[in-house]
Amino acid sequence: MENEGKKRVWSEYQKEIADDHFFYVRSCIRQSFFPGSEQFFLDFMRNGLGKDVFENPSHTTCTGIGYHGDIVPIETIMTVVARHFALMKESGYKNIAISCVTSFGIYTEILETWKHFPEQLERTREFLFKATGREFDVPENMAHTSDIIYKFRDEIASRAKYRLINHQTGEPLKVVEHIGCHYSKMFPKHGVGGAEFPRVLSGMAEAWGGEIIDYPERRHCCGFGFRQYLVQANRGYSVSNTAKKFASMEPYKPDFILTNCPGCNMFMDKWQYTIREMEGVTFGPSGDSIPVLTYEELAGLVLGYNPWNLGLQYHMVQSEPLLRKMGVEFDPEDKYKTKDGVQMPIPRNLINC
Amino acid sequence: MTGNVIVIGGGTAGVEAAGQLARSGIGVTVIEKESTIGGHVRNWHHLFPDRRSSSEVIDYLRKQLKHDNITLVTGELISGFDKKGGSFRLKSSSGKEFHGDAVLIASGFDLFRSERKEEYGYGIYDNVITSADLESMFRDKSILLRNGREPEKIGFVHCVGSRDEKSGNLYCSKLCCITAVKQAIGLKELIPGSKVFCFYMDMRMGGALYEEMYREAQEKYGISFIRGKVSEVSENIEGKLVTKVEDTLAGRPLRIEMDLLVLMAGMEMSKDGEAIDISGKLNRGVNRFFAPADYHFGSNISNIKGVFYAGACTAPMNITETISHARGAVSDVLNYLTNKH
Repeated sequence: MENEGKKRVWSEYQKEIADDHFFYVRSCIRQSFFPGSEQFFLDFMRNGLGKDVFENPSHTTCTGIGYHGDIVPIETIMTVVARHFALMKESGYKNIAISCVTSFGIYTEILETWKHFPEQLERTREFLFKATGREFDVPENMAHTSDIIYKFRDEIASRAKYRLINHQTGEPLKVVEHIGCHYSKMFPKHGVGGAEFPRVLSGMAEAWGGEIIDYPERRHCCGFGFRQYLVQANRGYSVSNTAKKFASMEPYKPDFILTNCPGCNMFMDKWQYTIREMEGVTFGPSGDSIPVLTYEELAGLVLGYNPWNLGLQYHMVQSEPLLRKMGVEFDPEDKYKTKDGVQMPIPRNLINC
Repeated sequence: MTGNVIVIGGGTAGVEAAGQLARSGIGVTVIEKESTIGGHVRNWHHLFPDRRSSSEVIDYLRKQLKHDNITLVTGELISGFDKKGGSFRLKSSSGKEFHGDAVLIASGFDLFRSERKEEYGYGIYDNVITSADLESMFRDKSILLRNGREPEKIGFVHCVGSRDEKSGNLYCSKLCCITAVKQAIGLKELIPGSKVFCFYMDMRMGGALYEEMYREAQEKYGISFIRGKVSEVSENIEGKLVTKVEDTLAGRPLRIEMDLLVLMAGMEMSKDGEAIDISGKLNRGVNRFFAPADYHFGSNISNIKGVFYAGACTAPMNITETISHARGAVSDVLNYLTNKH
């Protein structure tokens, strides 16, 4: 495989990513499933890099899950997104930083729609004004937060406490990167590296010492696919898609999976538990399952954040095998304690523990 | 008859026209960007449908050039022209100027850059090659994978950059189907034990003896033709190319592991052709090739009096059509010069 060929592709898909003054929009589900990820992003950007990142408490869901579940019409979601732009305008910001890949896909789809169908933009302005009295501007710069971490990947590397190197063997850790479909498959020009060979996560992992695995089902959907999962009868289809990916990556013996999409992370994490329960099958080395990390969690680990403050214990597949390979210091006793030191209930049947 | 014609391009069309013009008493200057004549044919091994060696075409073209009325200028790329009165001034990228009473553009085509179809991984995956790369292997009489082994399972992907809205090319390149058939047979002859698949949208066998060759490929050589477009290619841990394609006749998706995948690169308007008309004076078709004044009755005539076309600068053409088109151009150029003087 020729890495030079990939570099050529990457060079054709470079996007401008703002440097400072971000209007931050959270994900609906990430705060529940990976509660340390967004927290890390805000802490690192504000306190680590000294950037201005603003949150408006009136921000709501983008309704993307409803849109992709065919219950929210496009005119509605356009108006909801327009309201977010109005909040950004009222807050004095022009650069939007989006935490969720589904939302990022929604925003890009809507901006592209408005570009090609200006009458839709005017209708949305009218809808929003009639409903809320608000007015909005389209953002000057729009980035997914993985774009922003990618932009600062070398800064993170220069401050790294741990690298993606197996500290016992000295070998680079093998990383499976999985990009959310809605990040760039619809509009390749909006993603770092395009759609076929995206660079956003592989660039981070390589900057921090890891080795990327390119496996046959790399481009395949994580299995979420919205209606594949949201319609209960389709869930077998969802899990079989995810199983296909795991089987494809298994021969490469990946040390962990890195994602930038809430749905992908959730399904690649939780379906490993499901498949193990259903079939007794695991896909990691030595009977382990494969830890699935968000890019914020990985960046936090590299920078030496406490893994429990990053929320790694809230994944279904536990990360201890990875932490040991990286040489990360951690106290197992603190894993399920609150910040005040109060012991919380310890989940049963944890994987990889 | 007198006059001087500048022929831009020393490929099949340009040289054929130059020879015919010279024999009619016209002074001809052939300007070729490369160091030698022949164009794309130089890179080919065999030609369809009779498997004639491409070197025979090159030999033929060399003979055409042997005439006192012809001046061959190599290593010069034309980057613009203007017309004053009845004469033309052409500039080359090195700053040279050429003058003539008429201009015959025979700038040919470019092969579609297959790396633009990123999903096929050309330039990334070791054993994804183009039809042009395969011709080069045929010339060396050695079909080997990057690891030095002989391929056992080989796939041809038709319509790479042709009939493809995503690439911006809605047109059919016309020659790729028959080239794939010819190359597939060539592979079976060199590696009889191999399994060869052609993934096609439609088999467009419009030329003389094409259909016969297609039938021979199936009946004599056992080549499998699967109607469906390849959606994506990846490489597995053994270096095999995992090829996803839909068999639209069977109505099911396929996932086949190949040793070698050949991308049938289409034909596009050449960048050098675009450079000739940098100011955009010449009409272009929706396919971006030069648009003749009339596709039926004036396929060699441009929208500028005294500027003519020959060959694949106007549309994809095979060698036979290119030579006929060049001869047609000669007729139009001679008519123009006769009326002019």
